[in-house]
Amino acid sequence: MSLCVDLLSACVFLQGAGQDVGRSCILVSIGGKNIMLDCGMHMGYNDDRRFPDFSYVTQNGRLTDFLDCVIISHFHLDHCGALPYMSEMVGYDGPIYMTHPTKAICPILLEDFRKITVDKKGETNFFTSQMIKDCMKKVVPLNLHQTVQVDDELEIKAYYAGHVLGAAMVYIKVGSESVVYTGDYNMTPDRHLGAAWIDKCRPDILISESTYATTIRDSKRCRERDFLKKVHESIERGGKVLIPVFALGRAQELCILLETFWERMNLKAPIYFSTGMTEKANHYYKLFITWTNQKIRKTFVQRNMFEFKHIKAFDRSYADNPGPMVVFATPGMLHAGQSLQIFKKWAGNEKNMVIMPGYCVQGTIGHKILNGQRKLEMEGRATLDVKLQVEYMSFSAHADAKGIMQLIRMAEPRNMLLVHGEAAKMEFLKGKIEQEFSIDCYMPANGETVTVKTNPSVPVDMSVNLLKREMALGGPLPDPKKPRSMHGTLIMKESSLKLVSSEQALKELGLNEHQLRFTCRVPLQDPHSDSETLHRIYTHLKSLLKGYTIQHLPDGTVMVESIVIKVSSSAEDANAKILLLSWSYQDEDLGSFLSSVLKKGLPKM
Amino acid sequence: MKLYCLSGHPTLPCNVLKFKSTTIMLDCGLDTTSVLNFLPLPLVHSPRLSKLPGWISKDGTINLEKELKECAGRVFVDSQPEFCLPEKELLDLSTIDVILISNYHCMMALPYITEHTGFTGTVYATEPTLQIGRLLMEELVNFMERVPKAQSATSWKNKDMQRLLPGPLKDAVDVWTWKRCYGIQEVNSALSRVQLVGYSQKVELFGAVQVSPLSSGYSLGSSNWIIQSHHEKVAYVSGSSLLTTHPQPMDQSSLKNSDVLILTGLTQMPTANPDGMLGEFCSNLAMTIRAGGNVLVPCYSSGVIYDLLECLYQFIDSANLGTTPFYFISPVANSSLEFSQIFAEWLCHNKQTKVYLPEPPFPHAELIQTNKLKHYPSIHGDFSSDFRQPCVVFTGHPSLRFGDVVHFMELWGKSGLNTIIFTEPDFSYLDALAPYQPLAMKCVYCPIDTRLNFHQVAKLLKEVQPLHVVCPEQYTQPPMTQSHRSDLMLELQPPPMPYRRCSVLNLPFRRRYERVYILPELAHSLVPTEVKPGVSIATVSAVLHSKDNKHTLQSVPKPPPVPPTKKRKRVMEEPPVAPKPLLSGAVPLEAFLATLQMHGITEVKVEETADGHILHLQAEDTLIQLEEDGTHIVCDNNEPLRTTLRDLVLRFLQKL
Repeated sequence: MSLCVDLLSACVFLQGAGQDVGRSCILVSIGGKNIMLDCGMHMGYNDDRRFPDFSYVTQNGRLTDFLDCVIISHFHLDHCGALPYMSEMVGYDGPIYMTHPTKAICPILLEDFRKITVDKKGETNFFTSQMIKDCMKKVVPLNLHQTVQVDDELEIKAYYAGHVLGAAMVYIKVGSESVVYTGDYNMTPDRHLGAAWIDKCRPDILISESTYATTIRDSKRCRERDFLKKVHESIERGGKVLIPVFALGRAQELCILLETFWERMNLKAPIYFSTGMTEKANHYYKLFITWTNQKIRKTFVQRNMFEFKHIKAFDRSYADNPGPMVVFATPGMLHAGQSLQIFKKWAGNEKNMVIMPGYCVQGTIGHKILNGQRKLEMEGRATLDVKLQVEYMSFSAHADAKGIMQLIRMAEPRNMLLVHGEAAKMEFLKGKIEQEFSIDCYMPANGETVTVKTNPSVPVDMSVNLLKREMALGGPLPDPKKPRSMHGTLIMKESSLKLVSSEQALKELGLNEHQLRFTCRVPLQDPHSDSETLHRIYTHLKSLLKGYTIQHLPDGTVMVESIVIKVSSSAEDANAKILLLSWSYQDEDLGSFLSSVLKKGLPKM
Repeated sequence: MKLYCLSGHPTLPCNVLKFKSTTIMLDCGLDTTSVLNFLPLPLVHSPRLSKLPGWISKDGTINLEKELKECAGRVFVDSQPEFCLPEKELLDLSTIDVILISNYHCMMALPYITEHTGFTGTVYATEPTLQIGRLLMEELVNFMERVPKAQSATSWKNKDMQRLLPGPLKDAVDVWTWKRCYGIQEVNSALSRVQLVGYSQKVELFGAVQVSPLSSGYSLGSSNWIIQSHHEKVAYVSGSSLLTTHPQPMDQSSLKNSDVLILTGLTQMPTANPDGMLGEFCSNLAMTIRAGGNVLVPCYSSGVIYDLLECLYQFIDSANLGTTPFYFISPVANSSLEFSQIFAEWLCHNKQTKVYLPEPPFPHAELIQTNKLKHYPSIHGDFSSDFRQPCVVFTGHPSLRFGDVVHFMELWGKSGLNTIIFTEPDFSYLDALAPYQPLAMKCVYCPIDTRLNFHQVAKLLKEVQPLHVVCPEQYTQPPMTQSHRSDLMLELQPPPMPYRRCSVLNLPFRRRYERVYILPELAHSLVPTEVKPGVSIATVSAVLHSKDNKHTLQSVPKPPPVPPTKKRKRVMEEPPVAPKPLLSGAVPLEAFLATLQMHGITEVKVEETADGHILHLQAEDTLIQLEEDGTHIVCDNNEPLRTTLRDLVLRFLQKL
């Protein structure tokens, strides 16, 4: 058996998310464990490229055998959209970890998306409702800061990420190696969420998103002001404002924004939220209020921020009501349903406005009008003239460059890995990080593997006696110029490593001690009596050796540490002295040194 | 390792553990049973209470009629109620590093500990514990402050005076340390020191100790704690429950293999089955209402009340109580009901899944929505206009000494139609009722205490196998009133170590090992050799670095090259060298002789002695004494030979 200290390495393989904002899916191998971080879908593709390519793993066997666990950071589909595909169609039966709100909301979004893809677009080869349900059964909920022991060696811990309700960053640890994956996060509190936070966990690798790698955020407040200004202007001139949204996430933030604005400005125009999901969605926010920001949590008993006074349920007949109004309607990309119906009704009037608060998939009406298309072909060969104003506003909550740097300062990683961003922006940030923190920064592309060498220390159990002795000898402050070295014996038995004093090691292993001693006679010419000679030796050594215990004992010996020196004179010549040095092997260096010093004789008086 | 016991109340503990240079307070319970010695604080003037006669000793020598009043043969202090605090003299409270809170009932003394004592540490608690604990403290403060009492009775506390008082006042302990309730500022300041933790979160204390809360199944966010280093583990079990009520189930397995298990907070009602009590509660409630009477339920504003409401939710329709109003009156009633709905993570699985639907986890949301349950901050205001009888009122405080419950006692006590149902186990119902005697109202006692009973705890301890158990002395003998029930005590092998107020226990374990880390560079340089099958050793010479209680070993740095100076000086500055390792083994004669021969030493005269052999190297005039447990080399003035011989001997020996 030998002491095993390989230079272990953590290895990160990118399925998605590398230099691309499309879909996130990262494989991490650390300390012999394989973990999948997020399992996202690319909203921009309709073919196989939509889902991550699992063949890298499955060519060598089943996913379940390869992966130790899957961790989902938050409910956005670019982070969890491929989950049912992965677990039910490719096949994975191991644990899937996500926070409670993510567990609650993610199946709803998956089902929504499934309906759009399968029912509306008629696509096949997609997961079914039942698969979503079966997949969710494999989910183990995570609480913030709880250390979850996936198995004996692998532990994970979730931190608040702020990005959306229930978003989490995750710390993964195997032995003394660790990785932090941020998912999407936000370092500044917004209207309904708090700021991301992590402790100084010093991971070997920090994997961070970098969506806004080059932006320094002044912008969010400005965008909000912009948004409110546009809505207000439109209302003032009697126009109707349509805001297509998905039921969860951004919708609630915009509702809070409008609600407070209406309150402050004392506006009377009605705000509606399209039926169905509204109540339900807001209910999630009420029940998971502990995941929102400090302010909302503090006041929720008096006033729940998600009980809106000005925002009422929408009825389809309201669309024809005269006068201004604001309507939030689903779905968010204007590809079907209520938002599309309302859009058709209002599109012809230039006083009206549609505000697209999020990303639109190619082929949807949302995507077309955002690209400036003004004539839309509808079913039945009818065309629709788009006269209303079209606005795009991004409200997604991501960390900006400053935020990313702040997180690095918080976590103090040894290596940095950027994902989920555009190559050029990432390059800029990489430079900044390497310069400021002097750590290595990687930015792999999709399908690339990054291997980072970690260099773990070896934990051993040191006997308290030995430790205390050393600490007492070492004094309170170590002297960097004179490092004190300690000596002990490491006993390796099965998987245990114990460091004990050599004496204790002998005892524990049942071994006998073997004393090795040396005795050396050194002739010396010194015209003094024996005892005077001895004293001269004493003073000589005393002046020569600092920091050693030197004793002149009454029984006619000088002791340097445990080395014994005696003097005798020969019968013939009283001046010819014989010095007798005796030392044990433990003092070999000192003993040998002394004998060579004494051979040179004593200094003249 | 030492344990200082600052509270004698087994369910409201306050202990301090000294462990590896950290000082950890475990819970901060406030013994409120002292308030039973005081007169109730009525919300509106009570002619009955104000007419109670003052107390004068029988012989007339002591006159305390201003401070003490007599009611139905019992003597009460007429003053603002006071609490029995944890012991403050046993150790310097400012040295406490952290306070671990296990549940919201066990933190009520926090402001007394953290304020005005020089305490500068951190308090750890889960989020529900903090939020609900805050509500209970605010409620307590509110109860006291809204009926201020000018008089503060102190004469009766005089030792010579107290000795002559009738019981139970005479026997009350440490009365001079009893304190009035804290104020809201102290509450805020105390709670601002709380750091939130989640179940199974590992919190490092100064790098020396790791603490971690575990679900204890008793109340929202209630926890047991593990306090451990790499080699020692203390489990602190306080207020745990194995019953399926609303909280997350108890985490038992993480308590396994502790060196010491500190056991507090067992059930106070070992003979009352909670389910049976719940049934009795419902049937008595229904019976009273049907007969046209009112039901008063004195209770805390959080905890069992959620279960009572849930039970009633299922019971109301079947018992035809659909039109009976249920009132919950407390300054924190609304907050308590609201907070209970947002802690999904801390609830049992059933309630958690409801949140995914999304539905509120507790059915009292529906009771409120359908107007069956109404809540009010106090009897003043809206309540007085909405109040309809017969009705059911849930209100505090369970001691019946303050809070809105005092009003209902005065209002309903005189009628035999009404019923008071006690569900909280913290106070003896007879003592609670004493200042209201004589009473016509019916009294039903169905205490619901879901904490572990002796049977459950015996089973638990068998499973988790602690080496030693420490517990309040009350658990080591049967209850005083049931001295024959030997099943109502802890019987363990080895017997548990009992503590009482002011005990200081030396916990029986010795630290033998400490975790240190060998840096990779050093680890690579180690050369292990096998000494026995499966056992290898390596000698380690290293520099020990200790920082923040973390120890690392790294290679001994090479001495900087000595600048070339005069030879003489260089000799003097020869660096001090580390001691050589110990040696083990023996030097076999034949093999050693053969080795000598190989090195050109052939003229060896071997002489046998009592303990071994003496080898005389004649050409070199050198002696080697070989023995079983030692070798002695006597060699004059021939350093090269000596070192050669040394190295040859070492070939046969094992370095340690």
